[in-house]
Amino acid sequence: MATATPGHDSAHGHDEIDDHNYTSLGLDNVKLGFWCFLGSECFFFGSLIGTYMSYRGKSLTGPYPVEVFSVHVTSISTFLLLMSSVTMVLAVAAAKQNNVRPAQLWILATAALGTCFVSFQGYEFTHFYEHNLTLQGNLFGSSFFTLTGFHGAHVTIGVIWLLTLTFWLQKGWITGDKGTIVEVAGLYWHFVDIVWIVIFTLVYLMEYT
Amino acid sequence: MSSIAAPHADAHVESHGEADTLMGWLTTVDHKRIGKLYLYTSLTFFVLGGIEALFIRVQLMMPNMHFVSAQTYNELFTMHATTMVFLAIMPMSAAFFNYVIPLQIGARDVVFPRLNAFSYWVYLFGGLFINSSFFFNAFPDGGWFGYANLTSGKYSPGFSISFWAIGLLILGVSSMAAGVNFITTILNMRAPGMTMFRVPVFTWMSLVVQFLVVLSFPMVTVGLILLVFDRNYGTNFYVPETGGDPLLWQHLFWLFGHPEVYILILPAMGLVSEILPTFARKPLFGAPFVIFSGILIGFIGFGVWSHHMFTVGLGPVADSAFASSTMLISIPTAVKIFNWLATMWGGKIRFTTANLYAISFVAMFTLGGLSGVMHASPPIDLQHQDSYFVVAHFHYVLVGGSILGLFAGMYFYWPKMFGYCLDETLGKIGWAVMLFGFNLTFFPMHFLGVQGMPRRYYTYDAGVGLELWNLVATIGAFTLATGILIALINFITSGRRATQRAGADPWDAATLEWSIASPPDHYNFAKLPRVHSDRPLWDEKHEGGPAVSQAKIAGPGPHHVPMPPPSYWPIIAAGFLIMIFTGFLLGKGHYDAGTGSVVFDHAAFIRQVVVTGIGALGFFATVLKWFGEDDSHR
Repeated sequence: MATATPGHDSAHGHDEIDDHNYTSLGLDNVKLGFWCFLGSECFFFGSLIGTYMSYRGKSLTGPYPVEVFSVHVTSISTFLLLMSSVTMVLAVAAAKQNNVRPAQLWILATAALGTCFVSFQGYEFTHFYEHNLTLQGNLFGSSFFTLTGFHGAHVTIGVIWLLTLTFWLQKGWITGDKGTIVEVAGLYWHFVDIVWIVIFTLVYLMEYT
Repeated sequence: MSSIAAPHADAHVESHGEADTLMGWLTTVDHKRIGKLYLYTSLTFFVLGGIEALFIRVQLMMPNMHFVSAQTYNELFTMHATTMVFLAIMPMSAAFFNYVIPLQIGARDVVFPRLNAFSYWVYLFGGLFINSSFFFNAFPDGGWFGYANLTSGKYSPGFSISFWAIGLLILGVSSMAAGVNFITTILNMRAPGMTMFRVPVFTWMSLVVQFLVVLSFPMVTVGLILLVFDRNYGTNFYVPETGGDPLLWQHLFWLFGHPEVYILILPAMGLVSEILPTFARKPLFGAPFVIFSGILIGFIGFGVWSHHMFTVGLGPVADSAFASSTMLISIPTAVKIFNWLATMWGGKIRFTTANLYAISFVAMFTLGGLSGVMHASPPIDLQHQDSYFVVAHFHYVLVGGSILGLFAGMYFYWPKMFGYCLDETLGKIGWAVMLFGFNLTFFPMHFLGVQGMPRRYYTYDAGVGLELWNLVATIGAFTLATGILIALINFITSGRRATQRAGADPWDAATLEWSIASPPDHYNFAKLPRVHSDRPLWDEKHEGGPAVSQAKIAGPGPHHVPMPPPSYWPIIAAGFLIMIFTGFLLGKGHYDAGTGSVVFDHAAFIRQVVVTGIGALGFFATVLKWFGEDDSHR
């Protein structure tokens, strides 16, 4: 079977197709892999949201959603989170043009807005707890805190990711394509944002219809 | 500092291969080594699960036996199933994914080699985690499906269900990481010219499996998280007293559980689709149909889960819908069976051990499929549910299907993996004993089921007509075990007895993995092959097609092939991940009979926060090191 293919005998199997960036689909590997991961995350949040919706109105005891919700406060935090997607887009755009400094600033802005959102959620959770809505107290509390808690945890991880990313950009530790690396963080951030739009609509707004 | 983007980028442009030392294996990122690790580990767990099965069969050998207690019996059938599904068959398939996929698509490794190593270590540690419960007197005992609310803090106050639930969460991480890795690999690492319809059928079936894994595991993950929350913090998800619905668990579990069935069988179908054509010296009959059937099975597989729940009373509409979709899924399955038969038809069939296993796969899987179609009908299923008829059915598809298919794959790919063929004589004896023992064990279970013997009961009375077939099944189980033992002896001793090397292409096969040395060098392909058809090697040998086969690079390294360097971060990250989950084990609340609920235990919670916190910090630091790994010093 010793038929060697042309060019192999040089013991140096390189040619244009051995290029590091060759992929069959022409898509970046990390980006493609990350899309798969996000597909999985859709089913993860889908199951959590499905759980919440199937238990909606099934609590045997109070407090009930409208007794504790303050849709004005949550609207503000929702607005902040949505705005963070805008700053994230700007960060990706700057990184793609290799403008590291503006990219860093926009990433920091995104992280700051994300932190605001998590802080609002912290305030909301404390407020609810004071109104006797607990993780254990009733079915609404269990499903509400679990769903929004997992979302909040995702935002928190996103903030840590963004801060690490800025720090690495600052140190010049990223030698790969900066645009792609920032973009992947952006994919995650937008995904978490979109999930919140669904949660906000189904969990909060639907209580007022 | 390497980019996080491309595993091959910036790596040292040379290949010495990895050191054959303990450290070399612990830090390996070579898909071939990881495949072998999966193989060894899954075979070990397979033996463990088999021993548990033998205990079950001894207990049921005669009426009113007291070989094991009822509690031990519960633990045995729970861990037999959990071990076989999650620790034996799935990772045995993963062994083939790892070893074969990159070779079949003409790649030098998977796309994320370190993530691949991470998947393996998480699997190993997760398997040890679940089984370590044995030493804490907390062997899981709630069935492999862990139905709520038997698993609640109220009815299972000990640690056994915690070990089980958290262990499955850990294994889910492993499967998820592997799934993302293989999807990206198959879609993006194909050799130039290998369009999707030139991708070999095994790789195609694997691709479908990875999508099933990536999309179905998150649902059981949520189910398990809710369970752990119920048990740890006193939430109410599966607690009927507070309005929770145990049925939610069944939905979340079977939304995963049914795709899981196809996760277990499709890799074997893929292997058989490689083996039958090779030994019939014909192309796979209607290969695109086989591929599309696999895709269709994957799709419909998500829409049949409630056929596991006909007896809970979902109503006639739901029952009818799920009955229809279940009957529908038998069509693409049957398409495959007819394609395999048509492949063999008129071929010059060589009855090697691999081919015998593959042919018996088709026969046994068909039998399992026939009893499966019966269950699709709700009125019949109401009679079969929880009887030995169901046990017979799924063992026909899992042992007669998955295991026979995987053993076929082992005999087929062994020369590629180890450079020598397994002993054919011993192989055929093992195959015959295994097939005979398998049928002797499981065929009588059809009769037992129809006679009304329920699953999971630890014993039965004399004089109700169950003695004969139970005795036969037990004799069959030991025969089956003997057959497997013969195969294992063959695996272990063939290397010593083999008198000659296998050569690159021992079976006169058609696809790229046979175009390079056996076992392949560290870098697989000295030069990425150009693919011009779906059977590139066959075309080169028999049809005058362009050359694809290639020799090793002569002489010692470095060979200037860009390969990822070994890394110890995957195993460390896996260790910290286990720590994170161990925290959740320690955080179990306690059930208070006075209030009738699980009480949030502050001391336990603090223990959890400390252990999980340290684990999470360690994991975070490891991930930073991982992504920032400087390749230049290794």
